[in-house]
Amino acid sequence: MRMVPYDKEKIGAGLLIFFVIFTLPFWYNRGRAVAPANPVLPTDYKTCVESTDYMKTSHMQLLNTWRTEVVRYGPRYYTNSQGQRYKMSLTDTCLDCHPKKADFCDRCHNYAAVFPYCWDCHLTEKGTR
Amino acid sequence: MEGSRRDFLKLAGLSALGLGAAPVLASASKAAAQTFGDDAKALKGTHWAMVVDVSKCQDDCQDCIAACHEGHNVPTLPPEKKRNEIKWIWHEEFENAFPEQPIAYLPEKLKGKPFEVLCNHCDNPPCVRVCPTKATFKREEDGIVLMDFHRCIGCRFCMAACPYGSRSFNWFDPRLYLAKTNSAFPTRAKGVVEKCNFCSEQLAIGNLPLCVRACKNEALVFGDLNDPNSAVRKILRERATIRRKPELGTGPNVFYVI
Repeated sequence: MRMVPYDKEKIGAGLLIFFVIFTLPFWYNRGRAVAPANPVLPTDYKTCVESTDYMKTSHMQLLNTWRTEVVRYGPRYYTNSQGQRYKMSLTDTCLDCHPKKADFCDRCHNYAAVFPYCWDCHLTEKGTR
Repeated sequence: MEGSRRDFLKLAGLSALGLGAAPVLASASKAAAQTFGDDAKALKGTHWAMVVDVSKCQDDCQDCIAACHEGHNVPTLPPEKKRNEIKWIWHEEFENAFPEQPIAYLPEKLKGKPFEVLCNHCDNPPCVRVCPTKATFKREEDGIVLMDFHRCIGCRFCMAACPYGSRSFNWFDPRLYLAKTNSAFPTRAKGVVEKCNFCSEQLAIGNLPLCVRACKNEALVFGDLNDPNSAVRKILRERATIRRKPELGTGPNVFYVI
């Protein structure tokens, strides 16, 4: 049987180059850690509309429900599990305690690389200006 | 031990059920108890409508338009972009507002007179029928034809369907053309359609629409058509009114006293 000739060196070098390029992101980011999100929390308020755990995991579902209720069905107020009443409004309620979008929303959203478009329409500054 | 195998299987089945149900129950108990409510002052109607008394309207007055635009962050485009303007309530001459000419020989006083035109909040709105995402919908309880800007994909079917030209498309980011913004109402984004909302956000806090409140001559009257004692029904009882393009069967809810 005749042996099939092949270029051991070229194939080996090719594999090595492929391996280096393929793993480049790992080499590039070696030893670097992404800074934690650290959103700025309000100091004069202790509780959010719901518990902190719930807000951390499910604020998007809550806001989605608020949007549907206000826009499509009409109610403007939300009563939470503690019986407290809140106006369903990003600008009027959320910004009361978290006045700076850049210090709160953006911190985690940038960290998680999610870019919701709430503020394309809703205004981040209260009042007429 | 007799029956132990059977008992074991029963117990195992129950345990598996419990394990499966635990996360569901845990998340259910964690989920917020959601109850929603209205403002105590909210105006409740079953069939909102408007009467425009053109005889009371001053030709050079723009108060209603200004109030609406300010309250709803409606941009004012520069003259060269006039064809892309955003219209909620605007002025139209008689022959354009009523092209079928219900009045053959127009009195002099009506020639060139601006008529306030706005979304008619139709009984049978063609814009709602064509919307592929249900971004525009007719609110069951009070008949307002509303828009959910979040859902609008900018296909502009509604603009083609609306026989009154009441809908406008945002070709530009409207914030570029807003001298000032009012945070009580959102702006829109580039790529969505918008129109008059009969001030649903004002009704929700117990106020009449902004244009109605802005009119110093009380030319605009707002009320519930289903309430025989409402301000609009009172006028409709006393005065003959016309509506825009009633022959199309859309059932417009804005009435004009000529």
